[in-house]
Amino acid sequence: MNDTRTLTVPATGLIVLVGVSGSGKSTFARDHFKPTEVVSSDFCRGLVSDDENDQSATSDAFDVLHYIVGTRLRRGLLTVVDATNVQQMARAELVKLARSHDALVDAIILDVPESVAAARNAARPDRDFGRHVIARQHRDLKRSAGRLRKEGFRRVHHLRGADDVAAAEIVRERPWNDRRDLRGPFDIIGDVHGCASELRALLTRLGWDVDGDSAAHPGGRQAVFVGDLVDRGPDTPGVLRLVMNMVASGAALCVSGNHEAKLIRALKGSKVTVSHGLAESLDQLGAEPEEFRAATLAFMDGLISHYVLDDGNLVVAHAGLKEAYHGRTSGRVRAFALYGDTTGETDEWGLPVRYPWAREYRGRAAVVYGHTPVPEAEWVNNTICLDTGAVFGGKLTALRYPERELVSVPAEREWYAPARPLVPAEAEREPSALRIDDVAGTRWLETARAGRVKIDEENAAAALEVMSRFAVDPRWLLYLGPTMSPASASSRDGFLEHPEQAFEDYAGWGVTRVVCEEKHMGSRATAVLAKDPAAAERVFGVSDGTSGTVYTRTGRPFFGPADVAVLVDRLRRAAAPLFESLDTDWLALDCELLPWSAKAGELIKSQYASVGAAARRSLPAAASLLEKASARGLDVAALAERTRQRKANSGAFRDAYAAYCRPDSGLDTITLAPFQVLAAEGRALALTETHDWHLKQLAALDADVITPTRHRFVDLSSARERQEAADWWLALTASGGEGMVVKPADLAGPKAQPALKVRGREYLRIIYGADYTESLGVLRDRRLGKKRQLARREHGLGLEALAAFTGGQPLWKVHQLVFAVLALESEPVDPRL
Amino acid sequence: MTVSTTHVPATDLGFLLHKHPGRVQEFQQSFGTATVFYPEASEQRCTAALLLDVDALRLARARGKDSPDFSLGQYVNDRSYAASSLLGVAMADVFRTARAGRCAARPELADTRIPLEIGIPVLPCRGGAEVAHRVFGPLGWTVSAEPIPLDEQFPGWGDSRYVGLTITGTMRLADALSQLYVLLPVLDESKHYWQGPDEVDKLLRSGEGWLAEHPDRNLITRRYLGRRGGLTRVALARLAETDDVSADTLEPADNEEARQPEDRRVPLNVQRHEAVAAALANLGARTVVDLGCGSGQLLDRLVKTPGFTKVAGCDVSARSLQHAARRLRLDRLSERQAGRVEVFQSALTYEDDRLKGFDAAVLMEVIEHVDPPRLGALERVVFGTAHPGSVVVTTPNREYNALYEGLHGMRHSDHRFEWDRAQFTAWADRVAAAYGYAVTMHGIGEEDDTRGTPTQMAVFTSEGDSSSE
Repeated sequence: MNDTRTLTVPATGLIVLVGVSGSGKSTFARDHFKPTEVVSSDFCRGLVSDDENDQSATSDAFDVLHYIVGTRLRRGLLTVVDATNVQQMARAELVKLARSHDALVDAIILDVPESVAAARNAARPDRDFGRHVIARQHRDLKRSAGRLRKEGFRRVHHLRGADDVAAAEIVRERPWNDRRDLRGPFDIIGDVHGCASELRALLTRLGWDVDGDSAAHPGGRQAVFVGDLVDRGPDTPGVLRLVMNMVASGAALCVSGNHEAKLIRALKGSKVTVSHGLAESLDQLGAEPEEFRAATLAFMDGLISHYVLDDGNLVVAHAGLKEAYHGRTSGRVRAFALYGDTTGETDEWGLPVRYPWAREYRGRAAVVYGHTPVPEAEWVNNTICLDTGAVFGGKLTALRYPERELVSVPAEREWYAPARPLVPAEAEREPSALRIDDVAGTRWLETARAGRVKIDEENAAAALEVMSRFAVDPRWLLYLGPTMSPASASSRDGFLEHPEQAFEDYAGWGVTRVVCEEKHMGSRATAVLAKDPAAAERVFGVSDGTSGTVYTRTGRPFFGPADVAVLVDRLRRAAAPLFESLDTDWLALDCELLPWSAKAGELIKSQYASVGAAARRSLPAAASLLEKASARGLDVAALAERTRQRKANSGAFRDAYAAYCRPDSGLDTITLAPFQVLAAEGRALALTETHDWHLKQLAALDADVITPTRHRFVDLSSARERQEAADWWLALTASGGEGMVVKPADLAGPKAQPALKVRGREYLRIIYGADYTESLGVLRDRRLGKKRQLARREHGLGLEALAAFTGGQPLWKVHQLVFAVLALESEPVDPRL
Repeated sequence: MTVSTTHVPATDLGFLLHKHPGRVQEFQQSFGTATVFYPEASEQRCTAALLLDVDALRLARARGKDSPDFSLGQYVNDRSYAASSLLGVAMADVFRTARAGRCAARPELADTRIPLEIGIPVLPCRGGAEVAHRVFGPLGWTVSAEPIPLDEQFPGWGDSRYVGLTITGTMRLADALSQLYVLLPVLDESKHYWQGPDEVDKLLRSGEGWLAEHPDRNLITRRYLGRRGGLTRVALARLAETDDVSADTLEPADNEEARQPEDRRVPLNVQRHEAVAAALANLGARTVVDLGCGSGQLLDRLVKTPGFTKVAGCDVSARSLQHAARRLRLDRLSERQAGRVEVFQSALTYEDDRLKGFDAAVLMEVIEHVDPPRLGALERVVFGTAHPGSVVVTTPNREYNALYEGLHGMRHSDHRFEWDRAQFTAWADRVAAAYGYAVTMHGIGEEDDTRGTPTQMAVFTSEGDSSSE
């Protein structure tokens, strides 16, 4: 007998321990598994009854146990059930549960002599049931041990005797489809269907060295075939020979297609209907030597239904695979992978009707598949079908991964007549279908810059309201501007904010050089511009003839459709140099739209001007009453002085808001001040380029509709440069400017705020109230923590959205990130910051 | 605020107010300092001035996090300059005894009507000078209300919401003060941040003897008790601010056709509900979902109608849903009833599984609140993904607008379009063809020979499967 006995169990499946009370299941589980991996019936009995031995609670206890086990299996966690499981009924429930989550299930029988179990139980005071109970369990176990395998367990590990139990060693085996260790780069190849010549051409085109019946890539790329190598085409044996060699040498992986599955059955002699090009394969293979036929059969028989690759970021399956099935193993997973999500109906051409699963796909992994011939391979929600009908005279297509680049060669001819014309499945193509569960409810989002960001349900609810009622078509919304924190409060006499404090903040974060940009007092705007309506349709999927939009920080269009179109047109003409220098069909710009009154006119009237009107009427009235009182000899000097001061402040307040209003705000007076090129074709420029770069690019724009952004760079180690920048800011704000924005000049680490604003002394009156200068002492105590956290998160989410959009991620993913920015904006935070 | 009298001797005003004309007195309030002094005090005429020096910072801080509107308006506001509910509060405190009508020194004078003139240089007065006349006039005051312009430099902006108010009359001082206490916040109509459950009692106490007979008592009561909000309002207000618009523009577009004259709107609402309910009965629908249910008026009716086994409503406005839940008393339903009724938040431009499986769906006065470029998404979500057995859609008939006197533009400020009959029919036909429905067109409301009915209705029935049993 061996010293150890190795039990190979599924790494993500279910393990059912089987053994009488006292057989040592709990000890065994404790020795071999993590405590959280083990769910015991005793524990669950305790949970629902406060007594682990209360047999009357058994039914409820098992409800809880099944719930826990089911949840763990759904989440892909190895789970061990510690219960006697000596009765077939009990095991059947667990096998069913595992199946419903497409998990493998093993049984481990702890088969110890009845006497040993009895002795153990006797030693435990809480187990006061009689010997007859153990005897009965033992009888049940003996009766079922032999037929356990037939109950649906993948493996039954039978440990006979206490020594065997003690010697057991558990080895966790990843499922065959789990090849997350393979990270590519891959060339994923669509349905070949016996088109050997096209396959060779495609491989050559992809840079492979094709030599007779073998092929290798000098760059070490690995090919992945989506299945359906066989049938219909002219040279199924040739394709098989090449692919088999590639797989054998490790140069390729291959999943099974439905045509392989049927061919196997035919080769094995099962009765199958010879249709859909099977005859061609049988004929061609019939002409091959017997050993080759045997080899192909063995090869095809060994193909698994899907692979999970590249750390789980890529799934290849012949007919696609929904997320719940990734890495799972069951009959229905295989059926989905081979045949798709079939409804059982057939269409007018007698082909099975498939449910458009890709349209609802929300998984993290890109799913690459074939099976359904389409004219062009197109991404739908991070899934793509590569079957471009080579055998029907279309083309043979490959996807370079991770480059996400499509490469194809045309078919030499139509080798086989299609049963139905090649049309894109309209429903699957629908790219603008967003689901309420994409945005509603509590959610955690991963960002590269700001880590994991939590969105609360009530914030999402508010965002949903605003987004759905007012925002532009979500296909235009690839970004929302983040909030911005002010610099720490200045202690300088008479100032609440001052450039020096922003410089200090950045120096503290290890930034050595910053850029100071004039802060325009207008409305934050994102401009998305396509070269023409055709580019708009290609890039954004918008086909209503529009070619761009300009929207606010909550995604609202600034004006009506006609005015937006005019503005977009002007901007596009102004941005022509950028289109050219960036060689792009579209652009997204981060801007300020001027004047403020164009967008905020109503707010200015209802809030700022109203306050101004009230102040300028009431303070003189108060002053005159106090004058009369003073004339009567009453001592009101202090109050009169204060009133005089407030009168002066209210005048300054009025001048502050009036500076940003232009009386006639027709479209012709509207200008935009762009300060960042957010993104262009394939590039999230906000993420990759320095502000130096952005400002240089934008300096090239010269048109009436563009207001330039004055700026200067400051070396933080130079006191002189800091002083000069502060003087510049003073001059800017003295002439009515809002202030400036300070940003790291170079790409900075995540600790540094993306930007800090330093607002002018007079401007702040419309934020903090006319008399704020009288209470600076109190106001300096402002808590910036939350504002800065939000600024960082919103900025991170915005960049992530740009990266997702330019990286070809599905709309729902981009939208989720943009929506999250809006949701965070609804967080309560001191609005004066 | 100034209170003057020409009662002889006018200086008796000092006794009535319990404030000596020769002194300057300060009273600390939670939001600042109230100062009482007399700019004039002769036998012939005596004026007491109550000057409120509001500490905007302290005011904002006192409200704290639970304030119903966590917005800039807390910091930049007219509280420091205009007579508002704060003045009412200060007055009630400083002139407490006078308001109660007690005067130890001149008891008979407190019960006497004396000539009074009350001046408020900046009074927020929603609805303009006319409302000031309506409110003070019936109480026996002579009212002078002079509008104050917003900004002389921007004459196009027009008048502010303030008036300079002077009211004169012969009145018991105590009555005058009580009236002001109630009417200042009524005219202001801004949000009453600290409104408590005892506000109703306060209103009844202060309104004793004059409110009940006031011809505008409904207006006064409604405005005095003000508005309230919950958590979602805070969040929405923040989003309004992000966009530099006032929070009011994000109010749920609940009130159907708010710009229509009230006498025509109300009966039309009733007729519309009847028509929709009749259409649903006609279709034999057992389960129905009201898409964009607002505050649940139609749901309420459907729940009470026998024959529906499931009545659901959704709306994008969380606040409307709260109202609907209150109207339907969802928290007090029995288990059996609760199984029949459901409301939830949903936006009709996002696919939602909860909308699936209904015999019928209602889109009553909803589509015209959707931007035309987004209508396609709504069509796909409702007719495509949810695909109920039938869909009842109502929308205004633009042709009829000419018959509404005084209506300019559309019937509701949130309407994104209003269609004539041809446009609605064309839309309905296209949608029906695209999603496999048959459609019939109907009119709701009084029919005009050339302009049709005020509301139009389309009833879609799915051609795929007859209504599920």
